[in-house]
Amino acid sequence: MIPELGHFALILALCLALVLAVVPLLGTFTRTPAWVALARPLAWGQFLFLALSFAALVHAFLADDFSVLYVANHGNTQLPEIYKISAVWGAHEGSLLLWVLILSGWMVAVSLFGRHLPDEVLARVLSVMGMVSIGFLSFLLFTSNPFERVFPIPAEGGELNPLLQDPGLAIHPPMLYMGYVGMSVAFSFAIAALIGGRLDAAWARWSRPWTLVAWVFLTIGIVLGSWWAYNELGWGGWWFWDPVENASFMPWLAGTALVHSLAVTEKRGAFRRWTVLLALLAFSLSLLGTFLVRSGVLTSVHAFASDPARGLFILMFLLLVIGGSLLLYAVRAPDISRGGGFAAVSRESFLLGNNVLLVLMTALVLIGTLAPLLYDALGWGKISVGFPWFNSMLVTFMPLMVILMGIGPLTRWKQQAPAELLGRLRLAAVISVGAGLAVALPLLGDSWALGLALALSVWLLTTLLMGLRQRLRAKGGVASLWTDLAGRGGRSYYGMWLAHLGVAFFILGITVATQFDIEKDERMSPGQSVEVAGYDFRFDGVKDVQGPNYRAHRGTLQVTRNGAEVAVLYPEKRVYRVQRKPMTESGIDAGFMRDLYVSLGEPLDNGDWSLRLYYKPLVRWIWFGGLLIAAGGLLAASDPRYRHLLHRRTVGGAVPAGGHA
Amino acid sequence: MRAARKKRLYLILLVVVGVGVAAALALNAFNQNLMFFYSPSEVNAGKAPPHHPFRLGGLVTDGSLKRLPNGLTVQFDVTDLQKTVSIQYTGILPDLFREGQGIVAHGQMRDDGVFVADEVLAKHDEKYMPPEVAASLKDAHDKGVTAVKAKEAGL
Repeated sequence: MIPELGHFALILALCLALVLAVVPLLGTFTRTPAWVALARPLAWGQFLFLALSFAALVHAFLADDFSVLYVANHGNTQLPEIYKISAVWGAHEGSLLLWVLILSGWMVAVSLFGRHLPDEVLARVLSVMGMVSIGFLSFLLFTSNPFERVFPIPAEGGELNPLLQDPGLAIHPPMLYMGYVGMSVAFSFAIAALIGGRLDAAWARWSRPWTLVAWVFLTIGIVLGSWWAYNELGWGGWWFWDPVENASFMPWLAGTALVHSLAVTEKRGAFRRWTVLLALLAFSLSLLGTFLVRSGVLTSVHAFASDPARGLFILMFLLLVIGGSLLLYAVRAPDISRGGGFAAVSRESFLLGNNVLLVLMTALVLIGTLAPLLYDALGWGKISVGFPWFNSMLVTFMPLMVILMGIGPLTRWKQQAPAELLGRLRLAAVISVGAGLAVALPLLGDSWALGLALALSVWLLTTLLMGLRQRLRAKGGVASLWTDLAGRGGRSYYGMWLAHLGVAFFILGITVATQFDIEKDERMSPGQSVEVAGYDFRFDGVKDVQGPNYRAHRGTLQVTRNGAEVAVLYPEKRVYRVQRKPMTESGIDAGFMRDLYVSLGEPLDNGDWSLRLYYKPLVRWIWFGGLLIAAGGLLAASDPRYRHLLHRRTVGGAVPAGGHA
Repeated sequence: MRAARKKRLYLILLVVVGVGVAAALALNAFNQNLMFFYSPSEVNAGKAPPHHPFRLGGLVTDGSLKRLPNGLTVQFDVTDLQKTVSIQYTGILPDLFREGQGIVAHGQMRDDGVFVADEVLAKHDEKYMPPEVAASLKDAHDKGVTAVKAKEAGL
């Protein structure tokens, strides 16, 4: 009964979405306040029904209701409760339900926090989100209904994929979806503004915090995904340039460009058309990501066994969204005024440079991800694009971007005297080049890669400190930091500061972890020791242990350094009872400066095992940097100036003409 | 105004040239990093490049998995049900590696006709077959059917 209610609630949600997509939008044109006012209750109603539907599915999992096909495939009576819940989004149907639930959650958030928005803007934004919601709800109902019944009812369920039975993965998809779907808010603001024909600084200010929050979620989702892969896949890697990873990285790159370009549009009114395009691009790439993950067209470690009808549906939806929004853009773009002019040396120019680089990187990742599809379609053979290519692209463009990142915040808006700027940067340049050379030169450190990374990180750090000093001096000393943080515009600055600092950590982490990691595959007998990077790993044999829904071989390794005990690691090889899949659970001793990482291979004879031992310096800095970036984004989004809004005056007003130049 | 326009034009030109050079470099590097996929039949027909890495995929032949004396190197055969190629790999096989399973290996041919892999991929999902492997199996199957038909027609 309850699953039918869930299904029915889903249908009602679709009906509400249909009304929401049409009526309030029409109302803004016919100027019928009653229709416009419908947007909010409709969005809430849709959320209510989706929440009911989601609750019905959660209930089915908790109650082990195997008469529901989806639960029968992915649930199991022996699954720990927490994984019964995360199993809801552990496969295709349920994760889509979560997706639409989150979408409608964002709609409710927009209607709550957007109270200051003019009614017609809010109505249009919600209508556009309703359209997106129609697409996903009909996808769910027509191709992937999670409430489908099965007869005869199986006695036991097929269990959640053991790889996904990990706390990191229980929260990784929801975070990533918050990010993906959150980009729809920026998209809807852009479409609503295009429909209304008004793209001004107020529009940028409205959509900026939403974009930031979505981008923060996307960042956290990617960081968690990378951390999960490192923990769970047992081969010590943290990023594989896998199509599905790329699918989350592309909207992130586009979103990063958007966050920066929105800043220019808000402060200076410039880059309007470009900002709109980026908003369309970021969401389109999120949709493309869904398509890549769900259609199974690409070889990927993440690919699900898939159904071509689903791929086709998403492809059509994608074409409709991209085609429709670009058409609207083409019709409306000529009316958008250019906004403020700026000189060749100005903060705008550097932000433009950063945007160009980010979009270029997005395009390259896109090419690398889609090339296998293209080659196959054209009959040029079956290819894959090597890992080294993506890395070399990143290594080529990242330094350029970091150099701009250092300069940008120290430059004035609109116009900057080059001599003054050079004078300001000279010290930072000398320090960072010096630091880089110190480790790059043969006698000292002898690593050009580390030299480059260190130079870039030090460059970021010194320019950030200079910027901070300058700002605090202007505000009246270090003590003014707190008042500055509480006031308007302050948190945007400190958010930027934190996020850029995160990039410095990230660069050092990536470089050191990839250049100086040590990996050893060893055959070890009980009692035998192997030395890795000064640590002695003594293998104390393997025992059998029982988990709640698996049994495991658990190895014990005593790690010592110069005789002092460092850690005891317990890598496991699990076999889950239901799916009978082997799973490697690595033993990790985490530290800020280094990780020790062991995974169990296979049993050989006489109690010997093959083992993989790693020493990974600074690997945590990669995720720490990512979290700093996310924290910076969150700080910037909490800036009070987004809450005290004084834009009522722009309601109905004309576009401020762009004549600053 | 004219000066400002000119400046903007230079800026745009600079960006266009920069992006162009970057794109050219990227695409050049791209061609060198392409990794082609070959099935065991194609490898047997000598279509695979001799001294260049590529990817080889197929089903792991039942009973073919052997461990070499050093304990860490394994050798196994992959097949597309027409032809077979031996693969050697030193290291720890992925969890889902099993005989009868579709896998993709990344590596290079040795002169004695053994494929030396530096990476072996098996998938999360047991029902999942790498698309390349599925296609090459279907290809091989179709060819087999045609061959049988031709034989029957000949008789």
